[in-house]
Order: sequence, then C-alpha cells, then structure tokens
Amino acid sequence: MAAIIVGIAAMVAITSFRQNLTKSVNAQAKELLGADLEVTSHRPFEPELREVLDSLGGQESTVLRFPSMAYYPETGATRLSRIRAFEGDFPFYGEFETIPEQAEKRLQDETAALVDQSFMSQYQISTGDSVKIGTVTYVIAGALVKVPGENPGSSFLGPAIYIPKRTAENTGLLQRGSQIDYVSYFKFPENTDMKAMEDQLGDLQETMNFGFDTVRERQEEVAEAITYLSNFLNMIGFIALLLGGIGVASSIFVYIRHKVNTVAVLRCVGVSSNQAMLIYLIQAASMGFLGSLMGAILGSVIQVYLPALVQDFFPVDIEMFVSWSSIAFGILTGLLISILFALIPLLAVRKISPLYTLRTAAVNLTKLLPNSTKGILALLVCVFITSYAWLMLGEFLPALFFTLGLGFCLVVLTAFAKLIMKLSRSFTKTGLKYEWRQGLANLYRPNNQTTTLLLTFGLGVTMISAIFLTQDMILNQIDFGDQDGLPNIALFDVQYDQNEGVNQIIRKNGFKIVQNAPIVTMRLEAINSRDISEILIDTSRTQRRWALSREYRSTYRDTLLENETLTEGKWIGSIKGLDQAVPVSVENAIMEDLDLSLGDTLTWDVQGIPIQSYIASTREADWDQPQPNFFVVFPKGVLEAAPQFFATTIIVPSQEASMALQREIVQAYPNVSAIDIGQIINSVKELIGKITFVIQFIGFFSIITGLIVLAGTTATSRFQRIRETVLLRTLGAQKKQVVKIQVIEYVLLGIMASLTGLILSVGTSVAIGYFYFEIEFIPDFIIIGAEIAILTLLVLIIGLINTRGIHHKPPLEVLRAEVS
Amino acid sequence: MTNILEVKDLTRQFKSGSKLLTVVNHINFNVSEGTSCAIVGPSGSGKTTLLGLCAGLDRPTSGQITLNGVSLNPLNEDERAKVRNKHVGFVFQTFQLVPTLTALENVMVPLELRGEKTKEVRKHAAELLSDVGLGDRGHHYPTQLSGGEQQRVAIARAFINQPKILFADEPTGNLDTDTGEHIEQLIFDLNQKKGTTLIMVTHDLELASKCDRIIRLRNGKVDEDSAANTQPQAISG
Repeated sequence: MAAIIVGIAAMVAITSFRQNLTKSVNAQAKELLGADLEVTSHRPFEPELREVLDSLGGQESTVLRFPSMAYYPETGATRLSRIRAFEGDFPFYGEFETIPEQAEKRLQDETAALVDQSFMSQYQISTGDSVKIGTVTYVIAGALVKVPGENPGSSFLGPAIYIPKRTAENTGLLQRGSQIDYVSYFKFPENTDMKAMEDQLGDLQETMNFGFDTVRERQEEVAEAITYLSNFLNMIGFIALLLGGIGVASSIFVYIRHKVNTVAVLRCVGVSSNQAMLIYLIQAASMGFLGSLMGAILGSVIQVYLPALVQDFFPVDIEMFVSWSSIAFGILTGLLISILFALIPLLAVRKISPLYTLRTAAVNLTKLLPNSTKGILALLVCVFITSYAWLMLGEFLPALFFTLGLGFCLVVLTAFAKLIMKLSRSFTKTGLKYEWRQGLANLYRPNNQTTTLLLTFGLGVTMISAIFLTQDMILNQIDFGDQDGLPNIALFDVQYDQNEGVNQIIRKNGFKIVQNAPIVTMRLEAINSRDISEILIDTSRTQRRWALSREYRSTYRDTLLENETLTEGKWIGSIKGLDQAVPVSVENAIMEDLDLSLGDTLTWDVQGIPIQSYIASTREADWDQPQPNFFVVFPKGVLEAAPQFFATTIIVPSQEASMALQREIVQAYPNVSAIDIGQIINSVKELIGKITFVIQFIGFFSIITGLIVLAGTTATSRFQRIRETVLLRTLGAQKKQVVKIQVIEYVLLGIMASLTGLILSVGTSVAIGYFYFEIEFIPDFIIIGAEIAILTLLVLIIGLINTRGIHHKPPLEVLRAEVS
Repeated sequence: MTNILEVKDLTRQFKSGSKLLTVVNHINFNVSEGTSCAIVGPSGSGKTTLLGLCAGLDRPTSGQITLNGVSLNPLNEDERAKVRNKHVGFVFQTFQLVPTLTALENVMVPLELRGEKTKEVRKHAAELLSDVGLGDRGHHYPTQLSGGEQQRVAIARAFINQPKILFADEPTGNLDTDTGEHIEQLIFDLNQKKGTTLIMVTHDLELASKCDRIIRLRNGKVDEDSAANTQPQAISG
C-alpha cells in the first residue's frame, strides 16, 4: 500500500501543480508579455513596418536591448550584462518589482539604472552605488526583482540592467556592429481584433525580417513549456506508480501463498472459484483505494513545495489551490493499478483446488495460470500503460515507445534477476563457507526478493542514475575550464580602430591571443542569381527561413583553424581583386540549411556593396569549443576595406587575472564586451543543476517506491525468515552467524540491484550521448562506486530493520506454531 | 549410569491476557545417559514446552535444567546454542529442513555452523544419508522429497554432530504407518548404535512403549512415570 501511496503522491503532486501553474499563467497572461504586442527586430524598423505599426494605434513603448560590459566602480566588478534601454510606459500590464519599491520611477528623470537583484547581492553592490555602461555612469536606483515579459531563466546569460532610453545614445554603444535588438511594446484598446493583427504582421513577416509576440502566443508558449515539463515529470512519476503496482503484485503473491490452505478450505465448503477470488480482490481494491487516497493527500501537500523547484523557469507567481480533479484522477489511477496488478496473483486463486486441503506440497501460483491468461494479463498491463502515456503525452507513438522502453528495461532487469539467481545457485555448490552459501541461497529461495527488488529498485536506480550521468556528461563536455589550450575569455564588438589597442593590453599582460578574427556583417542577396526575397515567398522552397534572412557575420583569413576540417572542395586562402567571383568556404550546417552544393554562387550585400561569390570549399567546425566560428569564411584580399570589427579569444591563467584584464579593457574601451567563458559555464552548470534537480526530485519517488517494495516483501516473508532463523538457532547457530547470513543476502541483493540499474543507466547515458548529444560518454567510476555503496547500504538497512527482533524470538514459540 | 539430563522443580508460565497460565508445573526428573524416554500426554498437557525447556529452546519461569553436566539457566542464547550444537540433536514433526539447501547440505548444517572443514563434513554427511537409505538423494531439495524421506534427512542431520542426547517431537506424527515405523526403527537403531540418549514427545502410545521409560503428563504435571517401577535409580520425581 505504501508503494501505491508514493506513486500516487508523485502523480497527484505533478498534475495538481500543472493545473495550478496553468491557472496562474492564464490569470497572469498579460503580465507574461507586459503588453498586448511585442515587435522585435535586429535593425531599426523598416519604414514599411513602421507604417503598419503606426496604423495599429494604441500606446507604444520602445526598448533597445543589447549586451554590454557593466563596470561597478565601487567594487571594481565588471560583468557582461543584458542592457534594456526603455522609454514609455512599459510594462503596460503588471509592474516592475524592485527593492526599494517603485525604484523605476527614478529612471524617468535621473541617469539611473535598475540592476538584477541576485547579481547585486552576489557582488555586494548596493542601491546608491554606480554602474558604468559604455561612457555613461548611472546611479543604481534599485534592485530588479521581476519584470513582466522577462523570462527568469534567461538571467544566466548575464544580469539584466534597465536604463532610460534617452541616455543610451550617450553610452557610445549603439554603433555599427553592435548587437542591438529594437523592441516595441504596444497596448491596444480592449476590443482590438488581435487575430487580424497577427495575420497582418504574419504576412508582413514573409518579406521583412522581424519577430512579434502576442499575449496569446506567449501564453501558448508558456503553456506548451508547462505541458512538456509536467508530461515529462508525470511520466517519471508514473514509473514510480508502476513500480508500486509491481510491489502490489509481489506482496499479494506472497500473501496468497500463505492463504492457499484457507482458499482450499473455503473451496471445500462450497465457495466458488470466482467468489474465492472476489474475496481477495475486494481486499486488494480496498487497500489500493486507501493507498491512493492517502497518496492523493500526500501529493496535494507535496505540490505546495514544487513551485520552489521550478519558479526559476516560469515567469509567473504560482498560486496554490487543491485540485480536486487531479485527486480524483490520482485515486482512480491508483485503484486501477492496484486491481490490474493484483489480478495477476488473484486469478491464480481461482485455480486453487480444494484438494490442497489434503496436500502439503508447496503451491506455485504462477504455474497455476495457463499461459494464455498470463498473456492476456501482460497485454492488459501494456494497454493500460500505453493508454496512460498516450493520455499524458497526447501522442500515440511516444506513448508506445515509452511502453516499449519500459518493457525493455523490465525484461533486462528480469533477465538479470534470473541470471543472478542461477549464478548464486551454482555458487552455493562451491566450497564457500556456510554463511555465504546460505546468504546466496536466500537470493533464489522461495519467496525471494531478487526479482521484485531488481525490477523496482533497479528501475528507480536506472532512471535516477541515467539522469545524473547524463547531467555529468553534459557538464563535462562544457567544462572547458580545465582543458589546456582552449581560450577562456572572448572579446567582441572590438572596433577596427580599437583592435590594436586591445591586443596591446592583452600582450602587455602576457596573455596569449588564440584568435583575433575580423568580422564583416553582410546579408545574402541571391543564391545562384535567384533573389532571396523571391525565394522567401516561394512556398516550395527547401531553404530554411532563418538562414536566408539572417545577418551573416563573416570573417576573412588565409588558413583553416585547428578546430576546422575541410570536407569538400579546395581551400583558397587569398585572392587578388574583385574581378571574378570570390571563392568562399561555407560551414556544413549552413550548407544544409540553405540547401547548397559546392560551386553554387552566393551574392552578398556587404553593407551596400554587392559581392559575388561561389562555394569553393565546405568545412566542418567544432562548435563545442569556445571559439568564434563562422558560417562563411572569405579569402584574404576582399573584405579588408569593408567596415569591420573584431572578436578576440584569449587564454588567461586565473579568475583574478581574467577579472583584472576585463576591467582594464572595459575602462579603456567601454564598448568592448568580454565573455568570461568560465562564468558562463558556471551559470549553465547552475541552470542544468536546477533542471536535473527537478527531474531527480520526481525520479526519487521511484527509489523510495523500490525501497518500500523491498520493505513490503521482507515484511511479508518475515514469518518464513523467523522460522529459518529459529531453526538455525535450534541447530546451534550463533547470533552473529545468523546476522552474517542476512547481511550477505542484503548486501548481495543491494549490489546486484544497484549494479544492474547502473549498468542500464550507463548504457542509456552512452546511447543518449552518442545519438543525441554526439559526445562520448566516459563513466566516472568513483561516482558509480559511491552510488553502489550508498544504495547497497540503503537496501541493507531496510532489510535489517525488517528482520529486527527475529533473534529475540524464543525458538519454542515458532516450533509450537508449526506443531499447532 | 550418569544423568545426561536433570530437571529440578521446573515451572513455565505464560501470560494469556490478564491470566497467568502454568504450562509446566514443578516437574522433577532425571534421565540416564544412553536410555530412551517418551513424554506422553493429551494435547495441551505441556509436552512440547517441557521438551523445549529441556533442550534449552526456552527459559523456565523457575527451576533448574542441567544438560550433560552444564546448567542451562545462567547461559545466554548464544551459549545455549553452542551447547545444542555440541551435544543435542533434534527431530521435528514437520521435519524443519532448510528449503533452499539440498538434502546433503541440510545434513551438513550443524557441523558447518561449527566452522568445520566443508570437505570432511560433506563426506560424513554423505555417509549418514547412506545410513538412512538416501545415499542417492543427496542433491535433491526438500520439496523434491516425500515426507518420509524428509524426516530421514532430518534424522541424518540430527546425528551428524554425534549428539549425546536426541530430542524428537512427534517424529512420526506427519507420516503414514509404514513410513512411520521405518523412521522409528531408524531412530532407535541410531540411538542404540551411537549410544545417544533419546527423549521423545509423542501421542503414539505404541511408539512410546518402545522406549525404556514413559513420562505421562497431565495439566503440566507428571501424572505417571514408568521408571518409578522399572528404573527407580534413574529418577527422582
């Protein structure tokens, strides 16, 4: 029953939470965006777009978003930040949450800024301190807690700083080459036809490069994210519930085995086979109902704590209420699972013959059922699982794959269990000491817990450990910090006339420049002489939209870099003059997205000047390295005269040196931005940590279920254990010998279950690494060893707790029970 | 002849709800080495309780038990287990074999618990199984054996530590007449061959009559002791 409680608790907690979250999102829908419409573009709005926007009417508030270094003179801290220069009444819905309250009002007529609260507390920056952005020094009016429309999860990209837009121009950061997003927020009268507006803007998007978001779209995006997250968590919780089901089946099995005689006697006195089954079915269903009810109550309590786990990902205040529908659904599911899984042993009750009153032979319940019945039951379980998964995931195929995957895991775990039992059987025949032989024999004894524990605990371990190992694998992959020869600071927005000065600062400090790449911005004008605007409106096009309309940041050089491999064609490092088409090298990813072939011609608009090029070679770049990579590389001799800026990567030996260098560069060249790769990695690690914690929190229910099932099965076989212990004591066994047998049994059981789970999880992680992330997974044996030790200890503790007191039973008590 | 078992003023009471139930009530008797003694009496007369107390499986409320010259009263559970392992053999009505061990392994258990070398123990156990007529069934598990065969395994196990005293609790109670007789024969043969003292609880008066002495219990007290007539030197109670 406890196993069902845990499973249902997980399920009800997640479904209730989902409902609460969805309800909160709907209630705060407009605050998700802060406006009715948001329009974004990487360049100032084109006149045609401006005209349409002006015709929409309503209130408008504009924001410039761009990254920049922020320097805090009081503490000496520098940090790449997300600057938002705003004017107007944004947000139209919801409000800035600041400390002190309404600090944003000071931005109206002061040169003041609002800075991300967690960043301020991390760097011990106080309200009233100053922050220098570009060439302007702002007084910090307050700490920014929450802003409508800002996704709390994005803070890992750098702290957000709000400044008045009227001061932005003075910063000197709005020059060519800077990455600026031009954003306009609109508020319309209540009765505005938003759908028509969406259609109109959608049409305009076909020819113009801008993005827009409405409350409805944002709401849908958030709802989709909630659905994904809750579905995923729900499936993990569902596994805990299924494990509970296995626990129910296994304890009823043991229970019924003790009741064979009772059933036989009932059958003798005229109870029909169906009545006999019904007696126990009602019992199982009542237990299932009670368990589900208690689980639903527990789940409703747990859901109160779930927002704390996910509040970093969702931009709403989550209001909690009791979700009766989730509770009802949870109880129904728990009841169904209890009955379904209990049916497996209970159908065998129908086959218990009255003849067993006369026989003392041991009854094998599973053998009582014909294979056809077992097949039907297995099918029913599969149908149930698939249907539930279908209901949760909304799609049939993933649901089927879920069932198949789960089935595969269970088959592997059962096979392992059988193998372990076979091996332990053969080991007992060897010359091992008695305690070892008896401990091993307990693994395949009647009423053994090997299969049940391997299934429940093993599956829980598989799941938790696979999540953990995959997280570790991803973190290792992005952890460039310890890798020699890789840059750890990247500078960008270095203007042409600043490049030499910046490089001098780096060299003066004795640091190594890995790459100093010139960047020229350009747009595609035509592919094989076909206009991009023409391709864009062609509905049968094979090229991806973003690749056609994006701004390309290309470089020029005469050599391939170490992290690049030529895949096709010939590398041409330099040419003289523009008399002929320029041979360029194109990266494979963009070759695919633009559906290009070697030799295709590309016409570029390099800031007003058309340049004809052809694809002379293709390259594969290693995007995993912290280096600027380029989709298109031009040869030397073409772009030197074009307006350009530089990106520079540097190797700096320590965090202190990195901070000092950033400070020096920012003070000399305020527009230059520095990405501290180590800091980004830490932020990403933190984010991944938060995400995996949520998953592991739910996955942990499976481990708990596994342990409860173990506790349940040891409890049901307790009588048999007492009898055996007493027998051994009668024959002269010392207490320590009996304890040793139990310890050997549980330690072996623990090792086997955790090892099997871990083998499966390593396999899963290798597969995820290979197929999904394309990275090689090298398991950390210290972590795996530690996991096995902890899990084994857990099994041992549960096992010993359940057999406690056995040694104090007077032998005669048990012998008498046998006689009577 | 020396006494292998001395029982003095033995009482065992159990709590049953608020009542105190006296199951064994001030019993006295001694048993001489190498003899056989049956304890008979109606159900609930305290036979099995008395047997358990004598074998050190339970602690008396009052009174003294001395087994092979060792007083059981001051010994803790482990010390008493040691005494049993060294000097005592058991045969139960329900055989009490370890289901996960083969017949041969079951016979080996008492000596293995002593930590004796497996190879020698195995040889000795195989001989004993042959003695009880199961030389070719050593690798079978208890469930693969008939009731009679299981009891023969239990007898082989009881004799493997060459006990000074064998306690048998209704050894034929679960067996048919023919098998029962065979088992009786085995127990008495081994009892005589090995010089083991036999204390047997039984309902079967015919079986009891084969023993040197019969102690009849009623309501926890000795109602009659045949040795009072035939072997006065062996008893005092």
